[in-house]
Amino acid sequence: MHLIRLVDVHKAFNGFRVLDGLNLTVKQGEIIVILGRSGTGKSVLLKHLIGLIRPDRGQVLLEGVDLARLPERELFSVRKRFGYLFQHGALLDSLTIGQNIAFPLQEHTSWPRSQIEEVVATKLAQVGLPGVENKMPSELSGGMQKRAALARALALDPEIMLFDEPTTGLDPITTTTIRQLIAETVRGLKLTAVVISHDIELALALADVIAFLHQGKILTQESPVSFQLSPLPEVQQFLKGEPD
Amino acid sequence: MMFVRILGRMGNPFLGLLRELGEMAILLVNCLLWLPRPPYRLRHFFGQLEFIGVRSLFIVALTGLFTGMVLALQAYYGFRKFGGESLLGGAVALSMTREIGPVLTSLMVAARAGSAMAAELGTMRVTEQVDALLAMAVHPVHYLALPRVLSGLIMVPLLTVVDVFIGILGGYFVGVMLLGINPGTYMQKMVEMVVASDLYNGLFKSMVFGLLLALISCHQGLKARGGAQGVGLVTTRAVVYSAVAILIVDYMLTALLF
Ligand SMILES: Nc1ncnc2c1ncn2[C@@H]1O[C@H](COP(=O)(O)OP(=O)(O)OP(=O)(O)O)[C@@H](O)[C@H]1O
Ligand SMILES: [Mg+2]
Repeated sequence: MHLIRLVDVHKAFNGFRVLDGLNLTVKQGEIIVILGRSGTGKSVLLKHLIGLIRPDRGQVLLEGVDLARLPERELFSVRKRFGYLFQHGALLDSLTIGQNIAFPLQEHTSWPRSQIEEVVATKLAQVGLPGVENKMPSELSGGMQKRAALARALALDPEIMLFDEPTTGLDPITTTTIRQLIAETVRGLKLTAVVISHDIELALALADVIAFLHQGKILTQESPVSFQLSPLPEVQQFLKGEPD
Repeated sequence: MMFVRILGRMGNPFLGLLRELGEMAILLVNCLLWLPRPPYRLRHFFGQLEFIGVRSLFIVALTGLFTGMVLALQAYYGFRKFGGESLLGGAVALSMTREIGPVLTSLMVAARAGSAMAAELGTMRVTEQVDALLAMAVHPVHYLALPRVLSGLIMVPLLTVVDVFIGILGGYFVGVMLLGINPGTYMQKMVEMVVASDLYNGLFKSMVFGLLLALISCHQGLKARGGAQGVGLVTTRAVVYSAVAILIVDYMLTALLF
């Protein structure tokens, strides 16, 4: 039933506690948006889900298998099931945009070149960047790089998508396009998505479930409707944007 | 107490060195393990061969020319004292093949290509491009380190051949054209004094140096953390460690081989 389950995850960097007994569950087929203030460890949390960071303590269970204790080699086959959008895109800067998006396809499929090129063109068009195949990442704006990175994360239509702030830095119109794209892709292909954001509007429009990260713990995990009505003072402060 | 503290201070760099060596050994083993596994990414590999080899050609040729020429000048000064000028050709060729060719070529490649490797991989590390590779289930050792290490292993010996050849030409130019040594004697002594094993040993050395400098540079690059400063630090380290390693290993190999 639970695709992903994090149990009592602790992570500290040089004695600085970031995740502090975190619990989270993600069901197959749902879109979960993780909200939280800047610097609370949202990106760190997401990296735990594919073993880029291992917890100091606790379990990261994918269908019951603990990724925290999985040997490096087995992690690689697990990672093929995921698509990951990094907060700053992380496109390979020695490759063109087209080559970047073709990269996972070349590595993990035996598709002919023409088919790969077709997928690249389709994905780029979907994120609103048709025809930039031959540009280098450094020739694009930050928001365009982010969208190209999104196209790369979607290239293989992976079972589980992890998006680190997919709409940060985008204009409102593009934000809506990207939101619809994520929703359509995930629902259409019956995938699962974990989306990180601090954009409340995006969360309310996109999520099946909203989780709120605060001081190293998930304070609550509930539907958007009940999240808005949450009695927790931290959630209400976040929703209203009140200063401390 | 004092004594323990002093020991501790001495121990830290030593332990650090041991750890670095251990990590590099692991990187080398990982490269070997990944070597036979597909995909082979030939175009990517040729790109590295070109970067390390073809684009180092000019600087290596220039180095070879001037070292050969200056060797001839210096050897002439020494040999003249006992009337041994005729040995000049052999002396230049021997020192180029056995020692100066491999060492100087490797040092130049470390400065030119090793630094670039460390800076590139370091930047990839701190901008999460290495994490992105991992997330796409592509191993950074397979994709980044292996082609560079292989290219170092292949290209540094080839560059050494160029360096030695041009160095010998430079020596000939100075010895015969400028210092007036009989060209026949010059060539004859050279052929007499240099044997095939001198060449092979020199090439073997440069293979080891090429492997070392690429391994060190990749290792440092992949270890980068922080930002621009972190990248700068590992780039400097890559060049310094490569140079020191080349010189130390050169002594050890020379003591063992010759
Ligand atoms: N590799 C690391 N080494 C040391 N500290 C780290 C590392 N990665 C993250 N941190 C620390 O962990 C904390 C959480 O970082 P993280 O990037 O997860 O925040 P975030 O919630 O994603 O913030 P934002 O919304 O601004 O992206 C920060 O205080 C950061 O300094
Ligand atoms: Mg973040």
